[in-house]
Amino acid sequence: MDVIGQCALLAAVRGSPGNMSIFAPASPGAHSIVDLAILTFVVTGLIFVVVEGVLLYSVWRFRQPRVEQTGEPPQVYGSMPIEVAWTAAPTLIVFFLVLVTTRTLWDVEKTQPKSKPGDNTLFVNVIGHQWWWEYVYESYDGRILGFVTANELHMPVSDDDTMRPVYLTLKSADVCHSYWVPRLAGKVDLIPGRVNSLMLETKEPGLQLGQCAEFCGAQHANMLLRVNVDTPEEFERWLANESKAALEESAVADGRAKFLAQSCVNCHAVRGTPARGTYAPDLTHLMSRQTLASGIIENTPETLADWVRDPQPIKPGCLMPAFGLTERDQQLIVRYLLSLR
Amino acid sequence: MSSLVEQPRGIELADRPADVAMNMGWTAQAHEWATTVDHKKIGIMYVVMSIVFLVIGGIEAILMRWQLFYPRSKVLDQDTFNQLFTMHGTTMVFFVGMPILIGIGNYFVPLMIGARDMAFPRLNAFGFWVTLFGGVMVYMSYITGGAPAVGWFAYAPLTSNTFSRGAATDFWALGLIVSGIGTIAGGVNFIATILGMRAPGMTLRKVPFFVWTMLWTSFQILLAIPPLTAALTMIIFDRQLGAHFFDVPNGGSAYLWQHLFWFFGHPEVYILILPVFGMVSEIIPVFSRKVLFGYEFMAAATMGIAFISLSVWAHHMFCVGMGRMPDLFFAVATFLVSIPTGIKFFNWLATMYGGRIWFASPMLFSFGFLSMFLIGGLTGIMLGAAPFDFQLSDSYFVVGHFHWVLIGGTLFGTFAGIHYWYPKVTGRMLSERLARWQFWLLYIGFILTFGPMHISGVLGMPRRIYTYDAGHGWEIWNQLSTLGALIQVPSYAILVYNLITSLWKGKPAGDDPWDAWTLEWMTTSPPPSYNFEEVPTVHSRRPLWDLKHPEDPDWQYE
Repeated sequence: MDVIGQCALLAAVRGSPGNMSIFAPASPGAHSIVDLAILTFVVTGLIFVVVEGVLLYSVWRFRQPRVEQTGEPPQVYGSMPIEVAWTAAPTLIVFFLVLVTTRTLWDVEKTQPKSKPGDNTLFVNVIGHQWWWEYVYESYDGRILGFVTANELHMPVSDDDTMRPVYLTLKSADVCHSYWVPRLAGKVDLIPGRVNSLMLETKEPGLQLGQCAEFCGAQHANMLLRVNVDTPEEFERWLANESKAALEESAVADGRAKFLAQSCVNCHAVRGTPARGTYAPDLTHLMSRQTLASGIIENTPETLADWVRDPQPIKPGCLMPAFGLTERDQQLIVRYLLSLR
Repeated sequence: MSSLVEQPRGIELADRPADVAMNMGWTAQAHEWATTVDHKKIGIMYVVMSIVFLVIGGIEAILMRWQLFYPRSKVLDQDTFNQLFTMHGTTMVFFVGMPILIGIGNYFVPLMIGARDMAFPRLNAFGFWVTLFGGVMVYMSYITGGAPAVGWFAYAPLTSNTFSRGAATDFWALGLIVSGIGTIAGGVNFIATILGMRAPGMTLRKVPFFVWTMLWTSFQILLAIPPLTAALTMIIFDRQLGAHFFDVPNGGSAYLWQHLFWFFGHPEVYILILPVFGMVSEIIPVFSRKVLFGYEFMAAATMGIAFISLSVWAHHMFCVGMGRMPDLFFAVATFLVSIPTGIKFFNWLATMYGGRIWFASPMLFSFGFLSMFLIGGLTGIMLGAAPFDFQLSDSYFVVGHFHWVLIGGTLFGTFAGIHYWYPKVTGRMLSERLARWQFWLLYIGFILTFGPMHISGVLGMPRRIYTYDAGHGWEIWNQLSTLGALIQVPSYAILVYNLITSLWKGKPAGDDPWDAWTLEWMTTSPPPSYNFEEVPTVHSRRPLWDLKHPEDPDWQYE
């Protein structure tokens, strides 16, 4: 059984951004789960070796082709002491497993505190949609934030002196989803009509990947998760930028007018403009994001243009249709979107 | 070998299905099978139906593995893939796993307790036909433009009209309601048969172990299937009549579905494994030439599993945010199941120990069962440790785990049963050479398919994704899985070929080819429609042992 853990570790390129192994924990919570996992591997591994060993030994030792058999072996109907012994042994193992499970359970399931100044704690509402993530930034360090972004979570990195945890409040706008960033925490479901909570905290800056883990319809496979763990300074800069309304550059005024005249605004919001849709990702700072379509393509002027022209070939079945814009309108709109930094 | 056991044989030749077939026209034969209430013919039809669905479900699996061979592969689109895994899961659980076990039970429970038929023969026929009808109905959804794409546990509100347009989900829910009625009918029938129709002298403490497990499986069926039927009816009400059971904006609860479904879903797992425990508990003693070790403890452990398994359902729901105490409760209950399961395992090993183990095909498959089911049980302990499950749940690790249990456990055990009892059903032996090929291809292919899934799951790969990106280290494990699936294909082909050709090519079996100990081996192969000309009287758990060893009968020790 340990072999599985070993292979998993070997196969995962440690430190590479693609690594999503649960055996490469980057947070205290994920760490205590790995501790429990290794303990269970050892216990079940021992049972495996003993039982499989007895099985193979019996097979090897007592194997006899039918032609060589004469008479019947002694019939043994059972034995009370033996039965008691092999009832007691697994019972003890179960008792041990209950203890370690309880410890880890209390370790990783944290109740959400109230936000207060000086707590260095970030509170974010996560709302699962078919097939993207909405993030409503509530407060950080006691400061009310109140802006909305999508698909890429930013959180501050903790260090030895200061823990900077983030508490996610998980909800769903449509069907069940599940929030899973393996290196940071176990998964927690987003269920319509319920409010769940998850705490993330890590001392490792950089990008952490994950994806939706509960089947949620056609594009479940492409509902990817990205968590950017920023240094406190980067994070403050990012917060300051996101808190602002959208830029209004006169150079793209035409594109802006086109965008607002189209049905884009029924679903998308751009803060500071009449676009206030809530069905689709907030675009106020679209160009601050590294990816499009919940993480499946890089965010470049070319991919953005492809996406606006027709999202269906890129993410088939997604809820944004092709609008059949003229080439000129489309260029204007893309140019406007590119200004949303 | 078994000349000690003589049975009058009036008309047995005319009763062999093959001989009857020769004397009957095609339509007469079809009429005979369609209208039969003979538990043996119904049992055969259950098993044949299951094998047909096994092949269909297998083809679905191969298509999915083909799509997952390369990252971002475009063999299948997302809708086709999502439909395939829904149909694969539904098919394998409802139209392969349950009916094949109920079918084998149908054939052998009456024979093993010395009865002439099931308690309610017409209910029995009804049960089979509605099960088949339910299966056909679920597949009819393809006619409406596509199968349901909701997953076999179909979490609400994905099943609502809003998210599942078209009629596919209605066909799915209706099909499962209908086949569920058949399953409940089967359960009632088994209970009535086992409690009321045992041969003289066969007290409940003396029933063959397979019969004992079928009894407890039937109780589980009665407790588990009705909640599913109720939940599916709620889906139909929501979709067709505008009810709001799972409609969250109107005060319904999506969470309710999960509890209802898993209250069925977990006992279901034991419905799929308890009869198999029974089969290997018949086979291991016969092929080790030793009496089953610790029958009473085995029997108590079966009851223990049947009871405890009713209180573990929410271990499928550790990630829904139930809170620490419920998580702990269900983790503890889950761990507790491992105690009676462990007892069973140790008793099987003790039965083999000191015996004379003959590796004919039934024993070979039983060995496959023992060596593989253990691993599925141990990964189950990992999943039962709630915090570990926060990581493993809904990942490919879970897919690896439950296939290990359902193939390593249920399927290997069922194949052991099929190889053990085929001679009784047909009067012919299966080819041992083909059985060995089938076993080793399945054994190797199975390990290669589902072993790597544990690793891709640990590497963060969620289940039910139609495609994935390169760069997470998942490619190689998916490719090994697909390779393993391809190795399994010829194994199933060999099984089907062996089952068919042995009907006329197989060596004649005689009444008791394995020198076994339970009542079914007392009558002819195949048994006459009335099973026993004289109802046998039983004194111990191994009535044929008593007949073959009058100097040292079992009842002295029980």
